[in-house]
Amino acid sequence: MRSLPDPMTPDSSVVEVTLESDLKNVEVAEEITRRVAGTAGFDEDEQQRIEMAVHESMINAIWHGNQNDSSKSVWLQFKIHSDRLEIRIRDQGHGFDPSHLPDPRSDENLLNVSGRGIFLIRTFMDEFRVENLNGQGTEVTMIKRLNTGIPTKQGGTDREHESHDSTN
Amino acid sequence: MSMKATIRQIDSVAVVDISGRITLGEGCTQLRELIRDQLGKGNKNLLLNLADVTYIDSSGIGELVSAFTGVSKQGGSLKLLNLTKKVHDLLQITKLYTVFDVHEDEAKAISSFTKTASA
Repeated sequence: MRSLPDPMTPDSSVVEVTLESDLKNVEVAEEITRRVAGTAGFDEDEQQRIEMAVHESMINAIWHGNQNDSSKSVWLQFKIHSDRLEIRIRDQGHGFDPSHLPDPRSDENLLNVSGRGIFLIRTFMDEFRVENLNGQGTEVTMIKRLNTGIPTKQGGTDREHESHDSTN
Repeated sequence: MSMKATIRQIDSVAVVDISGRITLGEGCTQLRELIRDQLGKGNKNLLLNLADVTYIDSSGIGELVSAFTGVSKQGGSLKLLNLTKKVHDLLQITKLYTVFDVHEDEAKAISSFTKTASA
């Protein structure tokens, strides 16, 4: 495990870190997320939700994307904008299609052991999308807006199709 | 911090005090083995005290569901005690709150097993 980088300098609005693809680094990503989300101005409840979204994305990247191969890595980028926090997490896997995942809250799925991770990410974040990097891995982008006054939606929608250009 | 569990036998109920993280990997594995051990010993009334659970993820929730269905299939019952706000919210969001029998008072939770058995 690498030592924690200082996630923010006074002038920076971008934090990048590359972590060994190992489950023990999920907690490292959580710690960085808490600090960045706090710096971005989110309250404690929101910090916890963002942290959980990153946790679930890290699990997906390490376990499903990188197949728990510690020789691979996971790249994270946090961009603080004036109105939102944008988080990208990239693995070296072959991607997945989140648009046809079953609703874990439906009667037939309620007692399933798995299938709630993406649902929680969608619930806790305002935008979620997945991009296949043509053999270079999979990149997940998650956006949480600051003080938008817009109520957080429940997960289970195809919100990745509602995403906006956020590459500024 | 990984998951820790201690077990107290009160009447016919095994009260499992869990602390730490119930997450993919060690935490989930420990919980799975603990439930298996208890069922192996014939303890089919399990009360999981989650007061000191600091973190639970989607895999941890799945492990609770697995424990619930596993114990039910053996003719027993698994109930939850002292949910933290975080766990409570996650069970609400995932619609699992109504699946589990959730208690805030240990004595009442223990007596509810007797009522269930005699019902």
